[in-house]
Amino acid sequence: MSIQTGAQKKFYAFTRGIQLLAAGSLVLGLAACGKSGSEVTNSAAQTNGKTGSNGTVEILNVSYDPTRELYQELNTAFAKHWKEKTGQTVSIKQSHGGSGKQSRAIIDGLEADVATLALAYDIDELENKKLIPAEWQKRLPDNSSPYTSTIVFLVRKGNPKGIKDWDDLVKPGISVITPNPKTSGGARWNYLAAWGYALKKYGGDEGKAREFVSNLYKNVPVLDSGARGSTTTFVERGLGDVLIAWENEAFLSLKEFGKDKFEIIAPSVSILAEPPVTVVDKVVDKRGTRQVAQAYLEFLYTEQGQEIAAKNYYRPRLTSVASRYAEQFPKLNLFTIDEVFGGWQKAQKTHFSDGGVFDQIYKK
Amino acid sequence: MANTAKQRSTLPGFGLAMGFTLLYLSLVVLIPLAGLFLKTTELHWEQFWSVVTAPRVLASYWLSFGTSLIAAVTNTVFGLLVAWVLVRYSFPGKRIIDGLVDLPFALPTAVAGISLTILYSQNGWLGRYLEAIGIKAAYTPLGITIALTFISLPFVVRTVQPVLQELNVQVEEAAATLGANGWQRFVRIMLPQLLPAVLTGFALAFARAIGEYGSVVFISGNMPMRTEITPLLIMTKLEQYDYAGATAIAVVMLVVSFVLLLLINWLQWRSGRRHVLG
Repeated sequence: MSIQTGAQKKFYAFTRGIQLLAAGSLVLGLAACGKSGSEVTNSAAQTNGKTGSNGTVEILNVSYDPTRELYQELNTAFAKHWKEKTGQTVSIKQSHGGSGKQSRAIIDGLEADVATLALAYDIDELENKKLIPAEWQKRLPDNSSPYTSTIVFLVRKGNPKGIKDWDDLVKPGISVITPNPKTSGGARWNYLAAWGYALKKYGGDEGKAREFVSNLYKNVPVLDSGARGSTTTFVERGLGDVLIAWENEAFLSLKEFGKDKFEIIAPSVSILAEPPVTVVDKVVDKRGTRQVAQAYLEFLYTEQGQEIAAKNYYRPRLTSVASRYAEQFPKLNLFTIDEVFGGWQKAQKTHFSDGGVFDQIYKK
Repeated sequence: MANTAKQRSTLPGFGLAMGFTLLYLSLVVLIPLAGLFLKTTELHWEQFWSVVTAPRVLASYWLSFGTSLIAAVTNTVFGLLVAWVLVRYSFPGKRIIDGLVDLPFALPTAVAGISLTILYSQNGWLGRYLEAIGIKAAYTPLGITIALTFISLPFVVRTVQPVLQELNVQVEEAAATLGANGWQRFVRIMLPQLLPAVLTGFALAFARAIGEYGSVVFISGNMPMRTEITPLLIMTKLEQYDYAGATAIAVVMLVVSFVLLLLINWLQWRSGRRHVLG
């Protein structure tokens, strides 16, 4: 038929090509979905090149989402400190994203001189891939965690549902917001905090603890993929009666959205969240930045570093600084993951791996 | 498409162009694709099978393919309508509307997802009215469908539009003088010519929706067995550093998508041929 014009024929050939490309972009999309979302920002003095002979050096700190403000401040302070001490200008770049995603980026070749992630499990994977030695967590004081945090509740002003402790979270009719432990490192701390509380309450009865935690998750209407997503759901979307959150994130929400809207409730028992830090040996040895990277992490433990951590609502380790900020942090009973769960590897395997306890909770 | 002329092209440079095409496709499509398949070979067949047929994964296939299908069908119907309006009528602000169609292409998917969630959650501008009549949108498959419809809209409009523009209005006018009514003119004259483009638009929208992650995670609520899309399960595998498991699921999605695309291609070819012969 004469209706089919030349232009149309060209068009069909063109669309066939597009289809091929669409199939291809599907692949790329899948491959890329693991890598998107992290960003590298530059802070401190801008310098060019790597370890310059003119006394400048650049290092990259690969961290997780909520530490952006903390490290911006720390980087400026450290750059000043390093300049005074050695005369060398140091420029620290920072990269933020989900903790697991950041770890995978390093494994896939992102040249991180230091990794400061949300949980030891994500740094253990660097060890599995031979980027750091086995005893990495013993190289710096306090399990290589210069600052700690814990898991608390954020409720709406006036606490209309009267939430005081973990027990209130399993009551029928309470809507709890927490992210998905399968995709969020922070959410794993939340889950383990609840589990640890239940274990304590029922005198170590695993079955009862499991029942408690599944009742809690029955009250969860939405599992966001990350901690920031959950905060948005609770704070901006107005969903839920209580948000289970990192203490420093809860403080940031108060600061950002006003103390007239939300309040922080400290449960009687919670987990000591220890976000660890490490030098990435393979990278610093290749780039010749070990000395400055090491000094950078040690700086976190100094009076000044601890002060900055406390100001950013992380609990300092140094008692002198901790006592100065004692009023800021509510007192609660804290247990560590090593005490109750036998470390991250074990906790991950039992609770969060495929077929683990968390999956069983949702099995039909 | 039936009259495949095998005459020598009058245009020079075929060798160079073809070489470049192959290189380009290899770098951009074939090598990543091969890498994906290679990674899954780390698994034994039984492992592969148990990963890709786990109940949660099966539930996610239904959800992902089902919502993508509904979104693509919705866009096929309404995208055609949008293209029709843009081509056949002139009205003030037409250029703006024409530009709006491309917005889902340009917008970062996460922004789209967050905006849609704000709109459709139970306290949102639209969600509160839906909630009032008993419809939950955000955090349900409906919400996922809405997000997928949003991101795949331009594909149908932009594939149908140029074909619609090329249609010979004189043929329709001739049909009208012979007594064909509006519906007859549409079904018997326009639709056969539009069908290949419509199918292409459908296929593109469908393929795009299946792989979508960024906009959906916000509105889906990610509840196991209920609102977990397949790309999210791939992410959860990656979070456990289970690269092989993640690629296994990706390979299944890819193979299913590819088979569906081939099928649509075949339908398109058939409809094109029937049209030429008939």
